[in-house]
Order: sequence, then C-alpha cells, then structure tokens
Amino acid sequence: MPNTVFSPSIESRPTYAGLAPRPGAPAIMVADEAGAAAVTHLATVDATAMAKAHVVLVGAPAETSDALAALSPAAVQTVPDLDTATPIVEQLLSQARMGTQLFLAGSEGLMGHISAIALASGMALEDIQMEHRGSIARRMQCVHCKGITDGVTTDPFTCSHCGLTLFVRDHFSRRLGAFQGVCVDAETPGDIPATEEIRP
Amino acid sequence: MTMQFNDETFRGDYTYRNSPEAIRRFPFPFDQDSYMYSVNIEQHPGGPQGSPFEHMFDVDEHYVAEMRDREITLAEDPLRCQSLPHMELAGWDLLELIMVSKARDYPDLFSLTRDGNDWHWVNKPMGIDKRFTFLDAATLPYGPMEYITRQTQGDFALLHERDGNLWMDAGMVTSQADWSLDFDVGMNFFEWHAPVPKARQMGVFDKALKFLLAVGQGQHYRRLNWTMTVNPRLDTSPENYHKWGPEKRTITPENVGHKQFLRVELQTFFRLPRSNALAFPIRCYLASLDDLVTQPKWGRRLHRVLRDIDPDLADYKGFAVNREVIVNYLSQYDDGEPTSPGIFPED
Repeated sequence: MPNTVFSPSIESRPTYAGLAPRPGAPAIMVADEAGAAAVTHLATVDATAMAKAHVVLVGAPAETSDALAALSPAAVQTVPDLDTATPIVEQLLSQARMGTQLFLAGSEGLMGHISAIALASGMALEDIQMEHRGSIARRMQCVHCKGITDGVTTDPFTCSHCGLTLFVRDHFSRRLGAFQGVCVDAETPGDIPATEEIRP
Repeated sequence: MTMQFNDETFRGDYTYRNSPEAIRRFPFPFDQDSYMYSVNIEQHPGGPQGSPFEHMFDVDEHYVAEMRDREITLAEDPLRCQSLPHMELAGWDLLELIMVSKARDYPDLFSLTRDGNDWHWVNKPMGIDKRFTFLDAATLPYGPMEYITRQTQGDFALLHERDGNLWMDAGMVTSQADWSLDFDVGMNFFEWHAPVPKARQMGVFDKALKFLLAVGQGQHYRRLNWTMTVNPRLDTSPENYHKWGPEKRTITPENVGHKQFLRVELQTFFRLPRSNALAFPIRCYLASLDDLVTQPKWGRRLHRVLRDIDPDLADYKGFAVNREVIVNYLSQYDDGEPTSPGIFPED
C-alpha cells in the first residue's frame, strides 16, 4: 500500500510527499507498524539509507522490528507508544549533526506529533520527510479546552477531555502537530449531526 | 479638549454604546453598494480630521472599557497572548512605535520621556506612570509586546519574515473574528488564511503577500475588513464559541436593530526597524444596525450589500442564519435613491 492520497483541501492541511533518498545523510527514522513498510521501501531504493539511521519503531510487533533490523540500521529501538517515543526522539534531535534527515512514516498523529517536536527543536522543515501509511485517524486539538484527542476516525467526535462534541476541521497546526476540533452544536446545543467516518 | 471614556461592558449585560460622534466617525467599510474581496490597501495614517484614520493608533471613547475587557479575557486564558522566543525584539519595536505615536498624537493623554534607554511612560486614562529600561524586559511587568498591547486597543499580530513568507510568530488576540492565535501561532501567511473561502483561488493572498513583503521601513498602510456580530462582544473567539454561539440565535425582527452589530476591522501594517518584522494591528469597531441607519447613506448601502452578497461569504462571516431578518430590517431604510461614492457619510 503506497503513500496515501488525500483529497485536495485547504492550504494548512498537510500533504505528505513520501520518503525520498538523501544518500549518505545521517537519519532519524520514526515509524509505526504501517509506516515500517515505507522505511523498507526507502532502503530498497537507496542502499546507503540505513547505515547512519537510528530507527524508532512505535507500537509495532516483534516481526516488524526484526524485519527492520535485518536492513542493518545503526540502531533500531521499539517503544510501546508516542509518549514513550517523545523523550527518545528529543534526545536524538539534541545530538543530531548538521544535515541530519528526519524520516517519519505512518499515521498523521505520529507524523504531526514528532514533526512538531522536531520543529520546536530548531530542525528545518525541508529536513523532515513524511509518508502517510495505514490508518487515516487524526490527532485533534480541542480549540476550547486545548486537550489533544488522538486516533480520531469520526466526524463529529467527543473531546476526550472536556466532553464537547467537536467537528473535524482540515485546519492544521504544525506547531501543535494537530488538526482543530470545534464545538459542532455551539449555536444550537444538543443539535448534533449524524456521525460519519472520516475519509482521506 | 479632553476625551470622555465610556463606562461600558462587552459581555454579560453588554452596556457598550456609541455616542453620536462615535457613530459619525465609524469606519464604514463599503465604498460602493456591493462587496467582494479585494486587497483595498491605502496609506496610513491619512484621512479627515476626527476620523479613525487620522492617527497611527486611534484612541476613542471605548479605550478604557476595551482594555478592561482584554484584562478579563487574558485572566481567563493567558494563551491569547503569545510570543515565540525570537520575537522579543519585535515586541520592543512595537512598544516604541506605539508609545512614540500616542505621545505625539494625544499629548493630553500620553507622554513619553526618553534619556538614552531610560524611558518614562505616562498613560493618564489608565493611570499608569512607569519608568523602565528600553530593551530590558526585566524592567517591565510583562514582555514588551504584552505590556504595550494591554494599553492599546485592537488585536496585534507580529509577523516574522523568512523564506519569502510571513510567519505569525507573536500576537495579542482578544477581540478576534473567530480565529485562534494559540492554534495559528507559528503559521505562514497562506496557512493561517487557509480557512477563508474563495480568496486563494482569486489570487487575493498571493497579491497581498507580495505587497506586504515589499513594505519598507517608514511605510505604513491600512485596509478595512468586516464581519457581523450579535451583541457588542469583542471576544468572539473559537475558544469560547460554545459560550457565545447561542447568542447568535437570539436575533428577532424586534431586536435586530440594537442586537446586530457590524464589526469592522481597521487593519494596519508597519515595518519594524530593528527586527524587520511586520506589525499587524487589527482594530475592532462595533456599530449596531440602529447606529448605522442614523446615516441615510449607510442604511441604504448596507441593505444593498447584505441583500446581494455571495451566500458563501455570508456563511463564512457567520451571519447567514440571520441574513433574512437583517436584510428585511434594513430594507425600511433603503428608499432606492443613489448613494455617493466613498465610505464617509453625507453631510
């Protein structure tokens, strides 16, 4: 399954160009189970891609991690979730040399969260490459209580913090690594449209 | 002549009122009987004496009450004011621009005495008398942008220029037309305007960005933008949409005249000297339909503009649900007579 093609949308909605080779560059790679396939594909088109790559694999089974280890990266580390990945990625970024590339592959939640950390640490946008694979679930910020709800697949959805019913906007903040959720029944409390699955 | 400041509120009991003088100087945004997006940029300051275009930063009868409202909003949500770390110098630039301008334009109200970096600022309407060291944030109770914008009407965005784009990297935003600084801070010009319908395809933003990037030191410009707001509420933020949203559905043919407000933004642009950032003040003016129809030209014209506007724009500007009631009300004030060009009322 290749890089997901999303419907055309507004300017702030991120698009993901896919992982492209940067031969010889040191790399930090962060992927989930679905995203691991994009890393594998990168390794097949650029034989030098893995030698200087530190791979952080988020919430993926042992066979996925074994498959990536077989590509002989500089290191491969498996962590249970994004919260656990965060301090590891922060440390890798703080130690990164000039020219280091950040490769992100998998869900929008993973790419949004990790790229926000990288931008905050001073990494340039052009040194971050992203490829969407797997679930189209979104990482949403509630504009009212500011809480993040991860893995949102329906519109509207319930904020996991304040409980308001929010509609899913395409407006996206790179700094927060999240889409914006706005109260759907603000003007007419209780008048909530039918729930639909999010489409790409 | 000393200015009188209103004791009024922009929430709760909504006691906000315009005096007859405030109505006559209202920055009515329509220079013809129809409306579509345009870049509509003019030099600033510059306009008839007494108009809100006369000075760099207009101070009017709502000043003290607006600052009190900002204080309430900030106490409830401090994220309405944010400045990314590299923007402090731009904050000092803005503080200087505002203090120098206000002390020059309103000597009865403000004074600034400078001896090198030792500055003495007096703001009489707000009862502030402060000595501080310019460029030393430790000598002010807030960062420089927050300090001066707690004393200046209007929202403020500070835009950092890099990579051929403008980045909204700092701001004070408590009287916005439904956008979130906390969400948009750090975005570039096209990203923070992304939710505006149609304008990108029309090339409006490409033209506007080109223009803004070319604004040089000492050049200042303005444009007017507008929307509609139910009740004279400054804080129409997305953050509090679930609190003010229900008010939008309280319009009836009986109350529309005093509850429905035309909300005009006087947007100005200033290139800042040390940081090379652009300051982008967005000053909000509110007038009820009843206020506006006291000027026959405005009553006729507003009726025609709102009657004929593109439905997508009515929706984006958030008054589609009340449009029919508004237009019906205004039709009483449109006798079909022609209107004169320009935004100012007829004498």
